[in-house]
Amino acid sequence: MGSSSHNFKRWFRGAGDSQAKEVESAKHASRTSRRCIGLGELMRDLSSMGEKKLCVLDLGPTSPANIAFLTDLGIRVYTEDILHEAQDPNYQAKQEDGALQADPVKFFAENMDYPAEQFDAVLFWDVADYLPEPLVKPLVERLQIMLKPKGNLLAFFHTKDAGQESLYSRQHIVQNDTLELEPLPDFRLQRIFNNRHIENLFKDFASRKFFLGRDNIREVLMVR
Amino acid sequence: MWKARPEDNKPMSANPAQPATQPAAVTAPSIPAPHKETSKSDPYRADVGHIGKSVQIRGELSGSEDLYLDGEVDGNIDLRDHSLIIGPNGKIKAGISARDLVVHGKVEGNIIATGKVELRKSCTLLGDVKTGRIVIEDGAFFKGAIDIQEKDTKQEARKPVAASTSLGTGVSSGTGTTGVSSYSASAGAQGSFLESK
Repeated sequence: MGSSSHNFKRWFRGAGDSQAKEVESAKHASRTSRRCIGLGELMRDLSSMGEKKLCVLDLGPTSPANIAFLTDLGIRVYTEDILHEAQDPNYQAKQEDGALQADPVKFFAENMDYPAEQFDAVLFWDVADYLPEPLVKPLVERLQIMLKPKGNLLAFFHTKDAGQESLYSRQHIVQNDTLELEPLPDFRLQRIFNNRHIENLFKDFASRKFFLGRDNIREVLMVR
Repeated sequence: MWKARPEDNKPMSANPAQPATQPAAVTAPSIPAPHKETSKSDPYRADVGHIGKSVQIRGELSGSEDLYLDGEVDGNIDLRDHSLIIGPNGKIKAGISARDLVVHGKVEGNIIATGKVELRKSCTLLGDVKTGRIVIEDGAFFKGAIDIQEKDTKQEARKPVAASTSLGTGVSSGTGTTGVSSYSASAGAQGSFLESK
């Protein structure tokens, strides 16, 4: 009796395990790998900064891979899923037309609260393309203040050729210049920046380097 | 019938504190049997304190035993050399100091763990983490800073058994020097590092 119930449990547990494995393998199958020149440049800059403890802010969804990769290099990692936070109805205010819109005052009262010149690098990813309009400019201004002089900011922007239906993706760092993208269907592209928009948005930064990927994603490495 | 050999008359061990043969736990291969580990991971086992989901604590919570905490705490938690599991119903607004920590529930506060921190997929953590090793399950929500402390090599050398048992939990260890690792969600992986000390 005991052994038959044990077998049953084992069989049942085995089924659960295999289901979990299937879900996990499907998740990995949906990930695509892309070479990222901007990230390679950023990592080179970070490695040239010497032995001091570096601080990097990751503004994408929590990625165990990124945390593992960066902490393995002795970097202190900060993560803040800015897009996820921006969806919180508590940070929205009613407009004159009755529509709800993200309110920068409410949002920045509780988010992105870091001292000036805290970070050596910011991983901005493609957040700007998906973030509610009222938050974009104030966020970039804050990031400029939070970065140390000569600090780097890596941002991605979709081009028209990438398409309006481009999905927001979790960016997992695999190697110095390789990312794995995991699509997150919860967010829709809000706008497409052209080069002039990008230059205006990041006008307070000392320099900007543009790289165009094969997948029509513009990678921009800003230096404060 | 059989001639007794001289060594048969000797006592089993001259020093009872040191058995003639090494205990299995010490000489065991680096990967122990998994069924032993699951029984140790049971948060309801006798040597683990248990605080249920209806319990609310305001103030300082300290102790010298492993703890499974599924209630609410507002204040400070100090378990120093012991493990803490925060259950799925746990809501903690407190600084936490422990050896090892598994978080299934919600934590708002800074964490200092000398051993390992595991953030499970149902967990929400708002605060900074200082630890020797961290494992983050896919789906965990984390907002804050992670600082991996350099491992004390002397301390590691003193605990070879604990190090080998942790390999048997099914949690993949990081290959890097800082011991950060991630792993995918799998059924039945709860409280895996409430291991014997």
